[in-house]
Amino acid sequence: METATPIPVADAKIPLSPWQLFWQRLKRRRIAMAGGIILIVLYTVALLAGFIAPYHYEHLDTKYSFHPPVWPRLQGLHLVVPRYVESTNVFSYHLVPNDTKPVHFFVHGDKYKLLGFIPASIHLFGSGDSDYPVYLFGADQFGRDVFSRLLYGSQISLSIGVIGILLSFVFGMIIGGISGYFSGVTDTVIMRFCELIMSVPALYLIISLRGTFPPGMSSAQVYAMIVIILSFIGWAGMARVIRGMTLSLREQQFVLAARAAGATPIRIITRHILPNTFSYVIVAATLSVPYYILGEVVLSFLGVGIQEPSASWGNMLTAAQNTEYLRNFPWLLAPGAAIFVTVLAFNFLGDGLRDAADTKSL
Amino acid sequence: MNLLEIKNLKMDFGKNADALRAIDDVSFAIGTGETVCLVGESGCGKSVTALSIARLVPTPPANYVGGEIWLNGRDVLKMSARELQQIRGGVVSYVFQDPGASLNPVFRVGNQIKESLKLHRPEKANDAEVIRLLKLVGIPAPESRIRNYPFEMSGGMQQRVMIAMALASEPKLLVADEPTTALDVTIQAQILDLLSELKQRLGMAILLITHNLGIVGDMADRVAVMYAGQIVELAPAKELLRRPLHPYAKALMNSVPKLHGDADRLSAIPGNVPRIGNFPKGCRFYPRCPSARPECADTMPELVEVEPNRWVRCLYAKELTK
Amino acid sequence: MVPLLLGVSLLTFLLMRLAPGDYFTAMSQNPQITPETIARLRAQYHADAAWYVQWFFWIKSIVLHGDFGYSMAYKIPATSLIIGRLWNTFLLSFFALLIAWLVALPLGIWAAVRKDSWVDRGCSLVAFVGLSVPDVLLSLLALWFAASTGWFPVGGAQNPTAFLMSPWQQFLDRAYHLILPALVLAAADLAGIMRQMRSNLLDTLRAEYVTSARARGLAEGWVIYKHALRNAINPLLTIFGYSLAALLSGAFIVENIMAWPGLGRLTMEAFFAKDSYLVVDCVVMATALLIIGNFVADLLLAWSDPRIRMK
Repeated sequence: METATPIPVADAKIPLSPWQLFWQRLKRRRIAMAGGIILIVLYTVALLAGFIAPYHYEHLDTKYSFHPPVWPRLQGLHLVVPRYVESTNVFSYHLVPNDTKPVHFFVHGDKYKLLGFIPASIHLFGSGDSDYPVYLFGADQFGRDVFSRLLYGSQISLSIGVIGILLSFVFGMIIGGISGYFSGVTDTVIMRFCELIMSVPALYLIISLRGTFPPGMSSAQVYAMIVIILSFIGWAGMARVIRGMTLSLREQQFVLAARAAGATPIRIITRHILPNTFSYVIVAATLSVPYYILGEVVLSFLGVGIQEPSASWGNMLTAAQNTEYLRNFPWLLAPGAAIFVTVLAFNFLGDGLRDAADTKSL
Repeated sequence: MNLLEIKNLKMDFGKNADALRAIDDVSFAIGTGETVCLVGESGCGKSVTALSIARLVPTPPANYVGGEIWLNGRDVLKMSARELQQIRGGVVSYVFQDPGASLNPVFRVGNQIKESLKLHRPEKANDAEVIRLLKLVGIPAPESRIRNYPFEMSGGMQQRVMIAMALASEPKLLVADEPTTALDVTIQAQILDLLSELKQRLGMAILLITHNLGIVGDMADRVAVMYAGQIVELAPAKELLRRPLHPYAKALMNSVPKLHGDADRLSAIPGNVPRIGNFPKGCRFYPRCPSARPECADTMPELVEVEPNRWVRCLYAKELTK
Repeated sequence: MVPLLLGVSLLTFLLMRLAPGDYFTAMSQNPQITPETIARLRAQYHADAAWYVQWFFWIKSIVLHGDFGYSMAYKIPATSLIIGRLWNTFLLSFFALLIAWLVALPLGIWAAVRKDSWVDRGCSLVAFVGLSVPDVLLSLLALWFAASTGWFPVGGAQNPTAFLMSPWQQFLDRAYHLILPALVLAAADLAGIMRQMRSNLLDTLRAEYVTSARARGLAEGWVIYKHALRNAINPLLTIFGYSLAALLSGAFIVENIMAWPGLGRLTMEAFFAKDSYLVVDCVVMATALLIIGNFVADLLLAWSDPRIRMK
């Protein structure tokens, strides 16, 4: 046997960790990144709603009921906003020519609480004059700025989605993990209960649960109630899937090794089994947030969720139910468009995450 | 005239700058009734070469950039869709590696065989013929088996059914792509015996693809050794086994564990097979070749007939024969 | 099936019992109803007994007499009310399902077969948008569309003068009112099914038995429609259950916005009227629909996939 010549080492690159690989694959999907960016923008805007919105959500001016949208335009080097006055027809306005007012940035306006606790009154933009309203998306029946209420509403609708998901998924993962790991009676009982919850069409169950809460509650209580209800609906599905995954992961060698080393079941479940389900959970969570947001929207829309005068995308849409209003004042559908964009962004992102996690595809 | 003649076949995956050459200047022939083994490691291109014979590789992403495949007197690469349908099954049949995956799980076995019959020998598309075929491949109690679904059969039986399906259309060439790799060793032997027997009875040519050298000795008339998309040695089976010429072929033979002689360390070929797209300039085996010389790194050797009926792709082939 | 229904009814009853105040408290505010009537009703409904006792009598009444009780709000026996609404929800859901699947399947197949063509990309885009438009928005838009163009009735299930029409005209009138709600409901479901069909078919086309079928000389059409499709459909039947659940939930919204008199609408009406028993009845009926639908799906799957049948 001749001795071999030294082998040139061909592919001696340090391999990337699974997370890095995942991130690389995700970056390549532009639609998913677009979705992610849209969401970042939406949530940032929601966070700074009070600042960005020219008016407080309760600010009303009945002489401007159903005022059409007003957009600043460029006049020379200034941004100005035109003025409308009421016409003879009810709720109809016409433009007053050559009557404009400059729009300033960082103006004083309604008082609000930035991030919920910092009192402030500076707004991103405004005209500073109540005769020259800056209603970017028009006004509703009470002369409230739709754009401002949209922003305040986003705080509620967007946050409920995320908090609801967190609660139900964490709960679902733990229950599913326990159920799958221990099997036997625990498993059967839990799974039967999940099946029970899942066999009722979601909205019917939501309404039933809503019925167990008293009708008159403060805004904060209503918010908490909606989160609880939505989480209750959601955890069952996640628990079922995690249970299935746990059943198969349980048989793997690394679990046996952990048990041989003396790990307690809780440790095995939380440190070994559940982390292996993360790629599924992240994708499922991203794709499920829209349902939670929609849950709140439907509840508020039907009048049993967030109540006036608080703004939520759901209760803003109730006005649009009146087809006469809708035909004449289409800007009332703005919350619907906002919901659509949000859901679309989540779907883009979730789809991209799923493709990036699926190593079999490109 | 040979039944099958592949001449200078070149095939890429992808186009233009991203093209990866999977089949690089492959040439060999199979005569009527002959059994040729195509040997090589995973990823060397033997499966795509075999699939190319009936143009079964999806194009895109593959595209054929050179060469010809003459099957029964016509160039497969230039055939129309109709003509392809006729030769598939009619002239060349395939048996694939994983019989469980190659049979449609929702149709009964008998119906799947009948489908082949309807296409190529419609006058015989009946249960009697199906039973005869199943008997031919050694399936016991075929009358009850024709109503089975694939999942109701063992791996060995599924493979026999595949072979029966392949034979239903009376092909002249049977291409078997690692037909026994997915089966137990004892079943392997049975399937190979079956193929030998059928070869004798029906006078069929067989292209047998494998990475198992043990099979070569039993079955092959001639052997083609592939490495990194190229044929590196082409020889009659006994000659190759007795006296391999190409360094890669030699190394392969050496790495087969032997029961006789000194029980030394198992010899393996150092290094790794180069990945497609990362082929070295010059001879592709150069980085791992024990007889390598500096010239080998820059010059791509041609496949040369160094002895009657013995082809080797090596710059120093002639010296190696001594 | 039956234990599940019993379990759901139990759960709903419990939830209802947890609700603060009850139906009778609201009624006692109404001066038109005498205290004696209320007392009698309380006795009839066993309102003071424990919740599981109430449940027991409620079940007994339904199972033995088919009697869902009496609806205070509508002043008619609840049974006929519920049956009528149930039928409407069933009609709406059934036709929405039909439309969704009949459109989605061919589109999904087309998109898979012409992968990466403009057809495929177009379908993908439409699917994405369809999946993202919430039922709420779509219903509102549909109403707007109906009101603006006048081509369709703006909500409701029948013309106010329906009782004057002949049965055939009534049937047509019903159908006319059903079109828009069914389309709205079908839209979201459609997108999901189409994507799933496309994805399943693409997966099956990569399977070895497809190459094997081609290798035997089958024409491409046969390979796709006979071999691949048969296998691609099966996973879809598995998600049929989820699709139906989503549909019934969606029907809830569509019924309420477009005034289609189904179970969903009745549930909200009962909710606002604080008629808890009616709410429970509705929830259980809707669940029954879902469970039966799932059962049918299981049967279909067993018929289609021999591997399931054999188990």
